[in-house]
Amino acid sequence: MSVLNLAQDFLVAAQPATQPAAPVADTISTGEAVAFWILGPLSLLGALGMLFARNAVHSALWLVLTMLSLGVIYMVQQAPFLGFVQIIVYTGAIMMLFLFVLMLVGRDSSDSIVEVLRGQRLAAAVLGVGFAGLVVGSLAQAFTRVDSVGLTAVNSSGGGNVANIGAALFTKYLFVFELTSALLITAAVGAMVLAYSDRHGKGLKKTQRELVEERFKGDRPGSLPGPGVFATANSVATPALLPDGSVAQESLSALIEATTKEHLADDVADVSGTGHRADARALTGSAPKEGTE
Amino acid sequence: MTPTYYLLLSALLFSLGAVGVLVRRNAIVVFMCVELMLNAVNLTLVTFSRMHGELDGQVMGFFVMVVAAAEVVVGLTIIMSIFRTRRSASVDDSNLLKY
Repeated sequence: MSVLNLAQDFLVAAQPATQPAAPVADTISTGEAVAFWILGPLSLLGALGMLFARNAVHSALWLVLTMLSLGVIYMVQQAPFLGFVQIIVYTGAIMMLFLFVLMLVGRDSSDSIVEVLRGQRLAAAVLGVGFAGLVVGSLAQAFTRVDSVGLTAVNSSGGGNVANIGAALFTKYLFVFELTSALLITAAVGAMVLAYSDRHGKGLKKTQRELVEERFKGDRPGSLPGPGVFATANSVATPALLPDGSVAQESLSALIEATTKEHLADDVADVSGTGHRADARALTGSAPKEGTE
Repeated sequence: MTPTYYLLLSALLFSLGAVGVLVRRNAIVVFMCVELMLNAVNLTLVTFSRMHGELDGQVMGFFVMVVAAAEVVVGLTIIMSIFRTRRSASVDDSNLLKY
């Protein structure tokens, strides 16, 4: 903000010499100044937050703050159409797309703190400050003698801001407008091509049809008997019983069958009521503490 | 206060976005910084439109938004496909375009 204040002092100092004799068409009201001094720092805060947040999701949310402030600034600057498009397209669509991709990629894929190039951050900070000083200084210098015309006349004629922009889009900028349609459809097709993952590639994920065919060509088209069917308990450890009372081998849980008997001894004792009290946490693989009984 | 203040604000936002592109490692955050720079440029376009008293700047800002939307879609898909093959969204890891 110090740079802004400096620039402000500079402008204030340079203002009396540049006051033209003719009245300036575009006067900035107190309300607009108040809005600027609230929204400007807010957008800068959002940008700084995005820059310094470790978590990428926090970065995205800070950027949403900046974009919302900019949208309101557009509206304040007599560009209501662009302000609403900013809020709808940028914060509504683009940032949600960012958040979607962040969730797909994984929220915890945060920045590495390792500096690959030595002193790169310092150099970037110095470059950034230098660039900001250069642009702010030159802008403040260049625009002291420029009088703003203002959009009051344009926006109050011919149906207002939205209608005028629409008229300009479909007459003066018609060709560019058509070109953007080509751009958008190219982007959509490109996104589909890039996002398409080949099922038969590295993943070798079977389709549902392949799974069904495989199952019917195998020795058992039906489903396996569930554990505990026709038995006294519905625990996964209890095998299903065949009508003659014998154990259905297919219903045995491979996981439990592969576990050694000694490993399950505590749980067996838990369930059968010998040794420990049977509790709801049976088969958790760990014996309850002696003191908890 | 003059409309130049908006230009100064946009210059600061642009610089912050540029620093972010240089500093951050996460490809998605780098992309967000690019979006911030585009937004800053849009603010200058809106302000220039106001200073000139013409709507052409706003129309250009509109086109910038369209281009930004298309760019985000393609860029994020590229980041996704890189992540799919490399399991990483860091710009340091993607030093080869193939494999």
